[in-house]
Amino acid sequence: MASTETKADGAVKDDVKGAVKGGNDLAGLEAGLDALETVQSGRTPFRQTFVQKILPPLIAIALVLVLWQALISFNVVDDPTKLPSPGDVWGEIEDAWLQGTLLGYIWTSVSRGLLGFLLALAIGTPLGLLVARMKFLRAAIHPILSGLQSLPSVAWVPPAVIWLGLNDQMMYAVILLGAVPSIANGLVSGVDQVPPLFLRAGRTLGATGLKGTWHIVMPAALPGYVAGLKQGWAFSWRSLMAAEIIASSPDLGVGLGQLLENGRNTSSMSMVFLAILLILIVGIAIDLLIFSPLERWVLRSRGLLVRN
Amino acid sequence: MATALAKAADGVQAVEHAARIEHVSKSFAGPAGQQLVLDDITLDVAPGEFVTLLGASGCGKSTLLNLVAGLDKPTAGSITTDGRPALMFQEHALFPWLTAGKNIELALKLRGVPKNERRGRAEELLELVRLKGSYGKRVHELSGGMRQRVALARALAQESKLLLMDEPFAALDAITRDVLHDELTRIWSETEVSVLFVTHNVREAVRLAERVVLLSSRPGRVAREWTVDIPQPRRIEDAAVAELSVEITEELRGEIRRHGQH
Repeated sequence: MASTETKADGAVKDDVKGAVKGGNDLAGLEAGLDALETVQSGRTPFRQTFVQKILPPLIAIALVLVLWQALISFNVVDDPTKLPSPGDVWGEIEDAWLQGTLLGYIWTSVSRGLLGFLLALAIGTPLGLLVARMKFLRAAIHPILSGLQSLPSVAWVPPAVIWLGLNDQMMYAVILLGAVPSIANGLVSGVDQVPPLFLRAGRTLGATGLKGTWHIVMPAALPGYVAGLKQGWAFSWRSLMAAEIIASSPDLGVGLGQLLENGRNTSSMSMVFLAILLILIVGIAIDLLIFSPLERWVLRSRGLLVRN
Repeated sequence: MATALAKAADGVQAVEHAARIEHVSKSFAGPAGQQLVLDDITLDVAPGEFVTLLGASGCGKSTLLNLVAGLDKPTAGSITTDGRPALMFQEHALFPWLTAGKNIELALKLRGVPKNERRGRAEELLELVRLKGSYGKRVHELSGGMRQRVALARALAQESKLLLMDEPFAALDAITRDVLHDELTRIWSETEVSVLFVTHNVREAVRLAERVVLLSSRPGRVAREWTVDIPQPRRIEDAAVAELSVEITEELRGEIRRHGQH
C-alpha cells in the first residue's frame, strides 16, 4: 500500500463529461449494436434443397443405370450369369415383392442389425466414458480398442460360430465386436476434443466430478460421439452381413446375407445383385433416416454447420 | 486502529475483504528449471471494491486470477476468498449446446437453486445485462458483445461476492467494448459484487477501477498502486482518465524497458 497515490478530487470532477448521460441512452445504443451484429438465419427453401442436395445423387444413380444397361445392350458383357440386366434385377424384386418375401428378408436383417447396434450402444458408451476419463484404463485399453477397429469383423465369424453355434447370439456377438470399439472410440475422441476452456468454465461454476461429466463433458463430446455412432452403425451392418453370408442355417431365417449366398448357390446372378442392392439401400436408408439428421441437428444447434 | 487490532486478536474480526492474497508466489516447471511467475504478491480486495490488475505480457496476471479462482494452487503464500469467486474469460466460454437462458440456468442449478425458481431468475439476469428476450437464443446466434453479456449474467448467477474477469473485453471491437465498460460499471454499482479485473489496457484499467495495481513482469510483483478518484460514470476519453493513463503508461513502459537491458 506504500505506493498508493491519490489524485486530487476537485481538479478531476470538471473533466467528467460522461456523468450526465442517462441509462436509456446506453440501452438504446446497445440495442442498436445488437441488431447490427446479429446474424439472421432461416431455413433454406425446399426448391433450393432439392436442386442442391437431392437432384445430384439421383442423376448419379441414373447415369450408373444407363451405363449398366449400355454394357448389356451393346454386348460388352453378354453373359447373364456374370452380369444380369437392370431389368432382370427389377424382375427379381417384383417376384420377391409379389411372393411377400421381400420385406421379410429386409426385416430379418434390419431387426438383427438394429438390436445388435443398440446392444453395442449400451456397452460402448459407458466403456468409452471410462476409457476417456480414467488414465489407467485409457493406457490399458485404448490401444486395443483402436486396433480392434481396424480388424475386419468378418474375422470374428469362425470363432463366434465355434463358441456360440449357428444362432442369433453368434450374429449379435459379431456385431458387438465390430461396433463397440467404434462407438467407444468415437466417445473417447469426442471427450479428447472438448475445449479445456469449457472444463475450466464448468469448474468455476461448480461442475466437478460426476456433475462435470454429466453437465459439461458429455454434452461437449456429443459431436464426436454421434460421429462414432454413425461409424458404429456402418460397422454393425457390415459385420452382420459378413456373418449372414458365412454362417447360414435353416434355423436362422433368410436375411439379406443369406439371400446373397442363396443366389450364389443357385447361380442366380440377378438374386445376388438384388441382395447387394438391398444391403446397400438399407445401409444408406438407416444412415439418411437416423444418423445424418441426428448429426445435422447436433451440429446445427451449436452453429457448427456452415451453410453456403 | 487499536480497536481493530484488538478485534483481530480476539478472532472476532468480520470478513473485511472479498479476497485476501498474502505473500503468494507461483512457479512452474520450465525448460530452464523452476520458473518463478509470481513473486510475493500481497493484495486485498475490499467488499464491493473494483480493482484492476494491470501488466505487460508475462506478468502472470492471468496466473494470479486462476489462483484466486481456485483453478490452481500457489507455490507459497495463501489466498482466502469470501466463498467461491465467479470467473469470466476473454472468450465467452458459454456452452454452445445450451441456449443463452439455459447457460445461466446451469449456473443456478449447480449452485442449488430450486428448479421452479431458475427460469425467472435467468430472465431477471438477462434483463440486467439488457438481453431481455434472448432466453431462447443459441450462442452462435448472438454477437460477440451479446455473448460476453450472457457470460457476465452467468457469472452473476453464481451470486459470488467476488467477480474475477480475465481480459473479458479484449477480443471485442472498440465500440462494443466501450458500451460494455458502461454496462459493467452500471451493474457493479447496482450490485454489491467486488471485481478483480485483469487487463493490459491502461485506459480500460483507469476507466473501470477504483484502484489500479501495476504488476511487473518476470516475475510478477506488485510494482505500484493508484487509487482512481474520478467519479463514475467515466468515459474512456475523459481528460482525467487520459491524464492518469499517461502517468501509469510511463510507469508500465519503465517496467517493460528494464527487461531489454540485460
